[in-house]
Amino acid sequence: MTEKFEPKIVAFFCNWCTYTAADLAGVSRLKYAPNVRVIRVMCSGRVDPQFVLEAFARGADGVLLGGCHPGDCHYAEGNYKTLRRMRMLERMLKDMGIYDGRFRLEWISGAEGDKVRTVINDMTEKVRKLGPLDLPGKFKEWDKEIEELEAQVSKSAAKEETVHAR
Amino acid sequence: MTENKPKQENLPRVGFYICHCGTNIAGVIDPAEVQKYAAGLPGVAVSRDYKYMCSDPGQEMIAEDIRKHKLERLVVAACSPLLHEETFRKAAAKGGLNPFYFQMVNIREHASWVHTDKKAATEKAKDLVRAAITRVRYHQALDKKRVPVDPNVLVVGGGIAGIHAALTLANAGKKVTLVEREATIGGHMALFDKTFPTLDCAACILTPKMSAVKAHPNITLWTYSEVEKVEGYVGNYKVMVKRKPRYVIEDLCVGCMECIDACVFKEPKFHDKFNQGLGKRKPVYIDFPQATPKVVLVDPETCIQLKTGKCKKTCADVCDRKAFDFEQKAEMKEIQVGAIVLATGFKAHDAKRDPQYGYGKYPGVYTALEIERLVNASGPTSGEVVLRDGRHPKEVGIVHCVGSRDAKTNKWCSRVCCMYSLKLAHLIKEHSGAEVYNFYIDMRAPGKAYEEFYDKLLSEGVHFIRGRVAEVNDWAMTPEEEGRLIVRVEDTLAGFVRRIPVDMLVLSTGLEPQADAQEVRRRFNIGCGTEGFFQERHPKLAPVNTFTDGIYIAGACQAPRDIPDTVAQAGAAAAEALALIDAGFVELEPNTSHVIEEECCGCKSCLPLCPYSAITFEEVKKKAVINEVLCKGCGVCAAACPSGSIRQNLFEDDEIFSEIQGVLAK
Amino acid sequence: MKYQYFPGCSLKGTGRAYEESFLAVFKALGVEISELEDWNCCGATAYMSVDETKSYALAGRNLAIAERAAEDVIAPCSACYLVLNKTMQGLKDHPELKRKVTSALKAGELDYKGTAKVRHPLDVLVNDVGLEEIKKRVKNPLTGLKLAPYYGCQVVRPFATFDDQHNPVTMDKLIATAGAECVTWPLKTRCCGGSLTGTVPEAGLRLAYIILKEAKKRGAQAIVTPCPLCQFNLDGYQDQIARKYERIDMPVLYFTQVIGLAMGLSAKELGIKRGIISAEAALAGR
Repeated sequence: MTEKFEPKIVAFFCNWCTYTAADLAGVSRLKYAPNVRVIRVMCSGRVDPQFVLEAFARGADGVLLGGCHPGDCHYAEGNYKTLRRMRMLERMLKDMGIYDGRFRLEWISGAEGDKVRTVINDMTEKVRKLGPLDLPGKFKEWDKEIEELEAQVSKSAAKEETVHAR
Repeated sequence: MTENKPKQENLPRVGFYICHCGTNIAGVIDPAEVQKYAAGLPGVAVSRDYKYMCSDPGQEMIAEDIRKHKLERLVVAACSPLLHEETFRKAAAKGGLNPFYFQMVNIREHASWVHTDKKAATEKAKDLVRAAITRVRYHQALDKKRVPVDPNVLVVGGGIAGIHAALTLANAGKKVTLVEREATIGGHMALFDKTFPTLDCAACILTPKMSAVKAHPNITLWTYSEVEKVEGYVGNYKVMVKRKPRYVIEDLCVGCMECIDACVFKEPKFHDKFNQGLGKRKPVYIDFPQATPKVVLVDPETCIQLKTGKCKKTCADVCDRKAFDFEQKAEMKEIQVGAIVLATGFKAHDAKRDPQYGYGKYPGVYTALEIERLVNASGPTSGEVVLRDGRHPKEVGIVHCVGSRDAKTNKWCSRVCCMYSLKLAHLIKEHSGAEVYNFYIDMRAPGKAYEEFYDKLLSEGVHFIRGRVAEVNDWAMTPEEEGRLIVRVEDTLAGFVRRIPVDMLVLSTGLEPQADAQEVRRRFNIGCGTEGFFQERHPKLAPVNTFTDGIYIAGACQAPRDIPDTVAQAGAAAAEALALIDAGFVELEPNTSHVIEEECCGCKSCLPLCPYSAITFEEVKKKAVINEVLCKGCGVCAAACPSGSIRQNLFEDDEIFSEIQGVLAK
Repeated sequence: MKYQYFPGCSLKGTGRAYEESFLAVFKALGVEISELEDWNCCGATAYMSVDETKSYALAGRNLAIAERAAEDVIAPCSACYLVLNKTMQGLKDHPELKRKVTSALKAGELDYKGTAKVRHPLDVLVNDVGLEEIKKRVKNPLTGLKLAPYYGCQVVRPFATFDDQHNPVTMDKLIATAGAECVTWPLKTRCCGGSLTGTVPEAGLRLAYIILKEAKKRGAQAIVTPCPLCQFNLDGYQDQIARKYERIDMPVLYFTQVIGLAMGLSAKELGIKRGIISAEAALAGR
């Protein structure tokens, strides 16, 4: 690879803590890696595991989910639900070959602009080291493999039929 | 994933606008390039870049385009939606478009301000813009909900901030409940003898306001009480207040204080918190003569009757109003209010956290609050500056910035210490004739008549030594130093290290958040900054608002500040509360969830998830139902619904999926 | 309880009495001590200002050796304790430096991970062994002896890991446990003169004199220290101080010697006689 691989990371930030923290990082002019694209949700508890899967399926190399610290949720306990869901999702992702920090859950309060910077920089570096995930590319490869397999199967099936027919 | 992309030919017509924000955005991101890129995206009918989109001409341009080009959707790439989403929604409405057909893209706080690589930042902006343009197609027309506002107000904290806010609101005809944790209102200001820079008597300006609170027909004063629970939302809060037992019936006590004389303890012998431990009190006591309400209370920790049940109860016998009630229990009160002003104040820095200054080790070392009581005419020594061992100090040192501007304790400047140190220097000199040394890092006097006050002190012969004190000890090197406190300090103006022997040392302790600030902010669902003070909604433009509508902050709970600034802020908080109440209603963001009845399978997964009990189960139809008045719009249920029948307005699955797809579609 | 032991140059040289008493006390307390194999200079010399990277590598080598065993490393000399901790911190904070140091150590077939734990014997005695355990073994309480605890600068600065920076108290507690009276004074962590006693004697001697004089003024019969350099400066220069200022005659003991005496170990085992200013009169006269 001649050019440095620039990972694409999709982030879901809750409106009250992490999104505000990212705004604070901006107001404080902290500098961090330009690899993250933030999608705002009202609460990290709104993040359906399918959103994470969709992001990976559409080509994200990493997915970051940011919510309020435990006990600090604007909606009392939404982040606890996030935690439960995402622990389960992590196990599922692992079975699918997505691990080593490609998916990350972080609690970042509205005052922690600096944490936004460190988390984004750290995650960008780690995912950069892991290399591209490129699920869309892999889907194509897999589709091709399956097509080939199917073709092989139908070919040999056809052969067998002829054998039987004899 | 299901592909429910609207067909290319009947895409809604999108208007796209990118803001330069002067050079704030345009200095890093190329708006023209993004604008051109957006123009080529499907459905985009108009694409423009403009210097300041939030300005009147910017908004006018949008409204005009909506009418002229029959735009059906609006996307603006500018600053954070937390700042200007409302602005552009209004612009949309002005052009005749439903305001919720709008999506904002944050390319300032989240891109131009945080990235240096111009190319990468511009690419990021394009990705975000594409996502918003994809997303906005799925937007629905929505209406804001209007809910009435309860006109009553709760003020928490009875210091000068809470007092001023309560009086302002009450004078405007609103019913106010003022809740104070201590037995009297007055807060820190009640401890002071004089206030800087005018040196007017603190009691003379504070006590009339305290009495006014007590006498005001619109104010219910609950001292010795704490807020336990807050429920509801802007305009409609339900608050539980715990009234701690005083063991004296407040309505019966007239504050004659005969019970204090009659107490079986002939001499006061217990730690007097109000006098910073410099004086003593009895188990039945009143903080100070002007305490408001002027009602005694009994301390359960030291009262023999409350501890053992075996006391002669001479206090109760002498009370002809029969005000004593040793069986009194804590009482829970529930009130309904539309707005809340938090004025919970500060905590003085604990001087023991700086062991180099010897507080608690050398009896000659005092905190500034202790000196406030010592120089106070109504304090434990009636204003006489006398050491703990009875001697009169000949030389007094005042150490500035204890627990302020210090990487080891608190990084912030506490704002008031320079000025109150000057005031104490003046008062100590006036009361005792001692030589006074101020050890300061920088002299900060940025207020009306503050610098002049500093000048006055200079001419009064108070000594000023610039340098942070290294340590204070009793290590005498010469006979003259014997038995005195030695202040070691680098005099940064003279350029050498000095040893200054003093008899009394005052530590000008800084201002910190209250010890329970975190619990309190959770109770009221507001935020704290990293240093622990309550977080304002915007540092410049919304300094008394919080991120929770209807909850306002005033005084030193938000940041260290002096009395004039505190009073100004309390007035501002009261005005904000009045603006909310007098509008009569609030409009709520329509981001609530609802159930698509025909798709609900009745699995009840959502029911236990809602922290507001907004979801119920309709037994006849076997369907979940969401009460949109109770729903606060977190979307937890929408994420959990296995059949996808719960939809959250503004954050529908389709909207978020399309945003994900948009961000990555390249 | 088992620990590794990093002696450094002092405990094998000027601080022999410290090594003897340290080993004797820990043995008597049933603590197993094994000397770090093939250790080298900790790097506390002027080397740090000559070539920082190499001096980090020098200290790093000791740490890499220590990492091979699971036990914490005790570094009794304050300078060793500080330098080894500083090295761990420095290599953690500066990845580039760490890269250089690890690659240098690799050449010597050593692997530096930064997992060693460097402890001071004061910390181990108070927090691992415990004052209660020591108290149980005190057979000969030093009743009536007034001792001034003198920590020096390096055990609590800049890394105050087990005690307060401004007012350390672990040694005070040990002195009290030994049955002696602890002098309160504000010079616990003031400079002993450091290397200035050798390089700029007029400054160094004055600093040492200040400490000796104040200890005497406060009624101390001996100064107690955990640092070989402090002991050396305060003990060894008293003749010169006498010529320049006044004669103080203040014995300077290691805290391990004090505890050892209280535990009934012999003066010989504890190297009491190695001091230049004799402690015998003070110890006998109580």
